[in-house]
Amino acid sequence: MTDEPGIALTEIERDALTELVNLGVSGAALSLRTMAGSEVLLSVPAIEVVSRARAASIIGSQDSTPLVAVHQAFEGEVSGRALLIFPEANSLELVRAVTGGGLSLEDIIDLEAEALAETGNIILNGCLAIIANMLERTLRISLPEILHGTGLEIFDLSGAPQTEAAVLFLYINFSVKDRDIQGYIAMLMDLPSLAALKLLIGKLIARTAEGLETHDAGP
Amino acid sequence: MMRYKILIVDDSKLARMSFAKLLTGLRPGWQREEAANAQDALAAIAAAPPDILVLDFNMPGRDGLDIAAEVIQLHPRLPVAVISANTQVEVITRAQNAGASFLPKPLTAEALAQFLAAAEARLAAP
Repeated sequence: MTDEPGIALTEIERDALTELVNLGVSGAALSLRTMAGSEVLLSVPAIEVVSRARAASIIGSQDSTPLVAVHQAFEGEVSGRALLIFPEANSLELVRAVTGGGLSLEDIIDLEAEALAETGNIILNGCLAIIANMLERTLRISLPEILHGTGLEIFDLSGAPQTEAAVLFLYINFSVKDRDIQGYIAMLMDLPSLAALKLLIGKLIARTAEGLETHDAGP
Repeated sequence: MMRYKILIVDDSKLARMSFAKLLTGLRPGWQREEAANAQDALAAIAAAPPDILVLDFNMPGRDGLDIAAEVIQLHPRLPVAVISANTQVEVITRAQNAGASFLPKPLTAEALAQFLAAAEARLAAP
């Protein structure tokens, strides 16, 4: 992670944030598994402080692959944007998976935007709700919006004032087993939110550590 | 009551802290060891096998299910639990097929108490 003045996370803060994202995304994966009917495979979460341009290149704008994203803004003590992102070529396959496979191609195309928005809404809300509950705070979550474009275009569309401004970028890679569906669940937060998030993470760590002896028993 | 040694393997220190707090509440006299990855866990088990093993599923490198399968082959009587927020049926089934219990994250005292009671019964059996 980039160490920038005032916003660097300590090791235990980064650890706790990674675990928090893991809890949120794992809950979201269960929702997607229920909808798609196949196991959802997840990577270990990654957390970085990077420019928006760098975040976009991680997601895959370098080769200009067209992407589709379901985007929802969240607001509260911490604010940011949550995105479900995947290659546009996977879009119909995802809709086919979540609609049960009995529809014609024409019907799937008709339903695409609505089905993507609802799928994203369930996954992103599930993820954010778990994180909010763990932090013991309320997040207001906007309605889902569908974005099309390269990674950079998607991150620009999702409210980026400057592509070089540093953001906290949390992401996890997912794929649906036996289906040609893979993508990312990502969250972007600007640096003022990171300062607020550090405070909430600190409280979570303090609640967890309360009553524990300070030394570790093992390695 | 017997006092057992339990090894908790999780790459997250927060998760290990959370586990330690619940364990201390339920079994204050037990010895707890920790490992943050597969390599350290396997080294700790080789040096002095624990009485009970709890493994996180989603870790960098080898995951907890992979380690569980290997350890259970070597120590078939060792009570093992795989712990994860990933509560998809495939993960739970793979844990059970490997001979391990499954504990959902965030871990509750009730779920841990149930696993510990089953583990104690298994260890006390002739």
